[in-house]
Amino acid sequence: MARYEVYVTYKQGIFDPPGATAERALANLGYEGVRSVKIGKYIRIEADADLATVREMCDRLLANPVIEDYRIVVEGEA
Amino acid sequence: MRLGVVIFPGSNCEQDVGHAARALGIDVGYVWHGDTDLAGYDAVVLPGGFSYGDYIRCGAVARFSPVMNEVVRFAERGGPVMGICNGFQILAEAHLLPGALLRNAGLKFICHAQPLRVERSVCDWLDLPEGTVVVIPVNHNEGNYYCDEATLHRLNANGQVVLRYCEPDGSLRPGGSAPNGAVDGIAGICNERGNVFGLMPHPERAVDPLVGTTDGRPFFTAIVERLAGVGG
Repeated sequence: MARYEVYVTYKQGIFDPPGATAERALANLGYEGVRSVKIGKYIRIEADADLATVREMCDRLLANPVIEDYRIVVEGEA
Repeated sequence: MRLGVVIFPGSNCEQDVGHAARALGIDVGYVWHGDTDLAGYDAVVLPGGFSYGDYIRCGAVARFSPVMNEVVRFAERGGPVMGICNGFQILAEAHLLPGALLRNAGLKFICHAQPLRVERSVCDWLDLPEGTVVVIPVNHNEGNYYCDEATLHRLNANGQVVLRYCEPDGSLRPGGSAPNGAVDGIAGICNERGNVFGLMPHPERAVDPLVGTTDGRPFFTAIVERLAGVGG
């Protein structure tokens, strides 16, 4: 069995309303150095599956290639 | 003409669609998401709601419901399919329609009577003249239609843009009148063939005069007339 961490984020240029809201809220709290906040998804998978299969899971269900990118980190054997 | 209304776990507008269609004399049947047969139905509606809790993305899980294989086959045979709100999101996730529905740009869940301009399109579901303004409720958090430039060009060139958000007089504000950030003010699109139609507004909520507007009626009656015409 292997463990994978999947990070799903909006593609460049796709507006991220929760990220923009967090960005403004941080500025309101006085954090002047905040340039950009993006909010995405973190998915943790334990599976008897190789990396190619996890990529397929991302392409079909976990991310929407029209609007999202994803990054898979292999955590190694569980 | 028998209209099939698909129910996914979390759909919540199927009764409204059924009520509206029956009020217009349309025979309605309900199709459960686990069903694998659309035999006997002449047109199909995917209603609004929160299918599968909107988990992962709106429509992302519903798209893989057993019934969706049938909906895709039905659409590929030219069968009329209309997705309303969450139904539109499901059609986009299923790639029956291009693009995706993002979160509203304005940080708000929007819920109001929305003026919409009917565009000249190839859509089978609507026969209103170009420029007609209809007022129909919108009720969504993820209705911000997005597609890339090339797709947008194709949609416009092929007459696939069916509805645009507009001002009450039918005009468009500079930069568009979308209350949700939708690209090019798009509220509803169809596929190239015109049989698959997705829209964020809820025409089923604008059928009974009791609720103040009957502008939603043509969204159900035009397809009945079209199918009757085809049938002879």
